[in-house]
Amino acid sequence: MCLSVPAEVISVQGDQALVSVEGVKMQVSSVMLNDLKPGDFVLIHSGFAIQIIDSKEAEASLEIIRHMRVARDGDLSHTGG
Amino acid sequence: MIIRAGHWARRRSDKSDLLTFRPSDFLKFRLLTNYNCMQHLEAYRSRELCDIVTGHIHRMADRSFCFMEVCGGHTMAIRKFGIPSLLPSSIRLLSGPGCPVCVTSRLYIDQAIYLARQPDNIICTYGDLLRVPGTGGSLEQARAAGHKIQVVLSSLQALQTAIDHPTKKIIFLGIGFETTAPATAAAILRARERKNRNFFVLSAHKVMPPAMDAIISAGIPVNGYICPGHVSTITGTSIYNGIVDKHQVGCVISGFEPLDLLQTIHMLMRQVVEDAPKVEIQYTRAVRPEGNPKAMALIREVFEPADDWWRGLGVLKNSGLSLCSRYREFDARTVFSLPDYEIKEPSSCLCGEVLKGLKQPQECLLFAESCTPEDPVGACMVSSEGACQTYYHYERKITGIR
Repeated sequence: MCLSVPAEVISVQGDQALVSVEGVKMQVSSVMLNDLKPGDFVLIHSGFAIQIIDSKEAEASLEIIRHMRVARDGDLSHTGG
Repeated sequence: MIIRAGHWARRRSDKSDLLTFRPSDFLKFRLLTNYNCMQHLEAYRSRELCDIVTGHIHRMADRSFCFMEVCGGHTMAIRKFGIPSLLPSSIRLLSGPGCPVCVTSRLYIDQAIYLARQPDNIICTYGDLLRVPGTGGSLEQARAAGHKIQVVLSSLQALQTAIDHPTKKIIFLGIGFETTAPATAAAILRARERKNRNFFVLSAHKVMPPAMDAIISAGIPVNGYICPGHVSTITGTSIYNGIVDKHQVGCVISGFEPLDLLQTIHMLMRQVVEDAPKVEIQYTRAVRPEGNPKAMALIREVFEPADDWWRGLGVLKNSGLSLCSRYREFDARTVFSLPDYEIKEPSSCLCGEVLKGLKQPQECLLFAESCTPEDPVGACMVSSEGACQTYYHYERKITGIR
């Protein structure tokens, strides 16, 4: 039930946003988010945009794991978050 | 092609670019497109990266670990991606009470069906709830009998139904954890703003921490929690502080891809090895420490904590969300007279034990015999996020059980 779908924001008007999921467009409520703008990626849950996805954080987490390739367990004081 | 959330079922002949989706279409669409629209998310399914983390997990697994997930999405993802098969045998993964449909009482279903039977009422519900058995059948069976029960994909769609049918009373079945509760709250606030007098909510919303507390207080030997990603998107990290402080059990907020889950398990193992339980975020791309303040404000505006019943755990203090008194005009429990009785579960069904992590689904005598996804006895076999249905689809073939 708590599943959410990532989508790209195309436009914002008032508390409504037009978003695209793999090219399929849908209108969702943006009442839960401030400062939403075209180009943002958001999580959609039951017709509402609930959070902006942070692409830099996504890449940073992957980088931590790539670092694990050469790290010993003792070196891994922080493996995410 | 434009699909409007909140207008799914309404054909708009005046605008040819609007597509009318049936709920079943959307569910298929949602599964097909899940996460593939973000290029970097492909990396979270990378075999190479998963192998790196799995290697570290195996090297660290010199003792027993027991971790529990408390999110239906994780229940499904862990089995679907075969995560247990990648782990050493010393790591045990348990499914907890993370599926809202699974923990909701038969009484709630009975109350919804009672309301559906009243003339002039229309029930609006998320599809997940449709097949959950009540004492006298499910909402799906009630709909087949001719009662007005409509599946919606959004609370705003339920409100739209109220706007479209001003002479009917629309009762929205508000169910779900902190992820879904703000959507219900937003619909109530919109209804008040529009002065809608025919929109009501039968709330079964719940909050996660009391159940997590109850699991450990019941003596279930959990070393760490795999915490729900999208609940935490709303709440942030602070709701887990009490669990860490009281029980010295780590909490890691996880994403839903295989790499997310493996990294979360590794982070929990480190906490155990270092004897340093804390709240950490693995799912950093979607969860901020402060959560979503606007969504939390919606919850606080409309709801107040209330004691609530959970399958397997009984009544837990302040574990539910009921409408606060200033919104009582929208509260179906206040407006309608509802049946009430002591909740009893079928003695043969082990859903309650499964939801506490005390039993595995295949230990239930009904599992895959008289209880199947096509003909479920217990709620955990109904929901696609329920432990029993997940085991039925993904684990049964691996273990060879039944």
